[in-house]
Amino acid sequence: MISYQIKENPTVFDAIVVGSGAGGGMAGYVLANAGLKVLMLEAGPFFDPAKDTLQLRWPWESPRRGASTVRPFGDFDAAYGGWELEGEPYTRAAGTEFEWFRARMLGGRTNHWGRISLRMGPDDFKPTDGVTAEWPITYDEVKPYYDRVDRMIGIYGTVEGIHNEPDGIFLKPPKPRLNELYIKRGAQKAGVPVIAGRGSVLTEALPGVEGRGTCFYCGQCGRACRVYGDFSSSSCLVIPAIKTGNLTVVDNAMVREVLTDDEGQATGVSYVDTKDLQEYTVRGKLVILGASACESARLLLNSKSAAHPGGLGNSTGLVGRYLHDSTGASAGGFLPQLLDRKRYNEDGVGSVHIYSPWWADNKKLSFPRGYHIEYGGGMRMPSYGFMDWAANVNHLVPTKDGQQREQGGYGTSLKADYRRFYGASVGMAGRGTALARHDNYCEIDPSRVDKYGIPVLRFHYKWANEEVEQAKHMQETFKEILHEMGAIVTSSMPGPETSYGLEAPGKIIHEGGTTRMGDDPKTSVLNKWCQAHDCQNLFVVDAGPFVQQGDKNLTWTILALSMRTAEYILEQRNKLNI
Amino acid sequence: MNRRDSLKALGLAAAGGALLFDSCGPETKADKAAATGGEKLPGVQEFEHERNQQLANEQFFTEHELATIAVLADIIIPADDVSGSATDADVPAFIEFMVKDIPSYQTPMRGGLKWLDVQCQRRYGSVFVDCKEDQQLTIVDNIAYPGKAQPEMLQGVAFFSLVRNLTASGFFTSELGVKDIGYVGNRPGVWDGVPQDVLDAHGFADGWG
Repeated sequence: MISYQIKENPTVFDAIVVGSGAGGGMAGYVLANAGLKVLMLEAGPFFDPAKDTLQLRWPWESPRRGASTVRPFGDFDAAYGGWELEGEPYTRAAGTEFEWFRARMLGGRTNHWGRISLRMGPDDFKPTDGVTAEWPITYDEVKPYYDRVDRMIGIYGTVEGIHNEPDGIFLKPPKPRLNELYIKRGAQKAGVPVIAGRGSVLTEALPGVEGRGTCFYCGQCGRACRVYGDFSSSSCLVIPAIKTGNLTVVDNAMVREVLTDDEGQATGVSYVDTKDLQEYTVRGKLVILGASACESARLLLNSKSAAHPGGLGNSTGLVGRYLHDSTGASAGGFLPQLLDRKRYNEDGVGSVHIYSPWWADNKKLSFPRGYHIEYGGGMRMPSYGFMDWAANVNHLVPTKDGQQREQGGYGTSLKADYRRFYGASVGMAGRGTALARHDNYCEIDPSRVDKYGIPVLRFHYKWANEEVEQAKHMQETFKEILHEMGAIVTSSMPGPETSYGLEAPGKIIHEGGTTRMGDDPKTSVLNKWCQAHDCQNLFVVDAGPFVQQGDKNLTWTILALSMRTAEYILEQRNKLNI
Repeated sequence: MNRRDSLKALGLAAAGGALLFDSCGPETKADKAAATGGEKLPGVQEFEHERNQQLANEQFFTEHELATIAVLADIIIPADDVSGSATDADVPAFIEFMVKDIPSYQTPMRGGLKWLDVQCQRRYGSVFVDCKEDQQLTIVDNIAYPGKAQPEMLQGVAFFSLVRNLTASGFFTSELGVKDIGYVGNRPGVWDGVPQDVLDAHGFADGWG
């Protein structure tokens, strides 16, 4: 029987952290290591990659052979969640689109991300394009934190000296696979640079770091790593923080609202246990939100009080505004040079071996900022649908003994074709800067609640010309690279009718901007330390504070900023300011 | 921790280096149980496991339909000098699971099987499985090649493409199919770039191209 009485935790924690992903994990780690008594609330279950991973499983160990029916990235992917969660809906305003990915588990979305770990550069913090907004902080202010994240968590890469693609403190990078050597050659002919990837995988032992194994090259970072050889928040931050004795994690705890006193200061949070639906309140001297950009915005907007009638931290009405994901578009084909290729193990690492940092001169282009390109292909582990394409293209190239196939087919010749085409595919995907706009936002839907009775988000998001032009440029570039490498294009080359294959906002899972930082309390939600202008003991450490992301995947910047905020908190506590 | 410690953590170090890379093969018996929904793997959520079991316990296809699928699957992927056939890899059971997992396949599959039987009945006076082998292959020839199929065969072409994809998925994700296609990863190893003989064959100077 459910008790309808709200249970109150008698402990007053030094800090309550909501969410256990990159932002929440780092804040919890720094504060617990500094001796604060920290409570971390996670909406999903506890998850330890050492025990809960599906690493090194074979495709036949899934009845659907890894198909994406249940998990959007397939049965073996580590993320519990997806764009649609049972009983946790969201809505979209008419004529707009947004896809909201949520991972409900310890470590959040760091469980399945690509481990691609790029620093934002000087021009990302202080743009020179005259269109995109600048941050209240510079690259030089963030650089020391990026350096420390590199040393603490580990990242491979090569020192390149590219102005807006700052180098880090790198472990040795994995060498390219065969298809990637062809990509590199072709891209260079097309005038597109290709450099070693930058990923948070331990290709060597990390000096001074205990309890983590080095990579053994199964290429399965997205399944969670049993030896903690890559970065996920659980293995690198939360579990080590628990070992300090100062961090308490409560899982299956869905936070309902942030509680405040008459002066408007945060006093704690209320949450519901997702298993037995028991309601709880817990008090803390500080509240730190790392629930993800949109979930933290939702929580603030749902925390209404006399002191904060429009929602906590929302006196400007800007909470939820400036929502932006990355742009994304992709293309693919196959390399005739790789047909009937020699078999060997090229699993490599689970992050990228190579990529193309943004290279072009925007003065000659119809859009500001740019994108980077990630590449794929190779002799991957078989999984559901992985060879479907071969029967569509087997007529395009004769067999090595000169036979011409008819498209499709069956029997021993088709069986031979699957072998012929295996490992010959090549893919590429652009990830670019989408503009942070006031008019793209999430808000509370006035008429809908989720299964816990918590009001849900309604999204308003439309791409504009800048993003569409960028996708067009991506497609033209992909076509050129594929041509220069001698590949046969198999993806349709989408035109204006589909915005050049531009993915719907939210599909790239890089959303940020909903609690933007700034020096002016009239035009921002947080100050440059990610502290709410309206509430001194409230901080946000996910991608909500991002004023405008670059084309760089968010995680490394979330980690650096969360570390910076946590240390600011320690400093302010010592000064007795909070 | 160095790589040796990583392997130790995986419970593999005792096997020794060479053995590890050559024969760190699948543990088949336990895995077969998992595939039928019997055993819950660590990391699989309770609701996912329950759904798998529920689907495994339902029956969608009739015996006649499954027999037809089996014949089609072995026409698509027969045994050859490298490996066994689609039915050797239990492809019909896999297709049975998939149409329950992805219900949008149900009508195209059931309807396509019926379409095939009706065609055979008209042409040869019996359903597909009861036709002679050359009759079966004649009708398959009509629907297996999208580029040269007659317009009145296009529904059959769409059906055959679906069966072909499901058969290839089921076969090459089975233990014998993985071996057939030559995937040799999914085991601890060391990646030091493309092997030298392959670099030479493709005209690359070194591991960085």
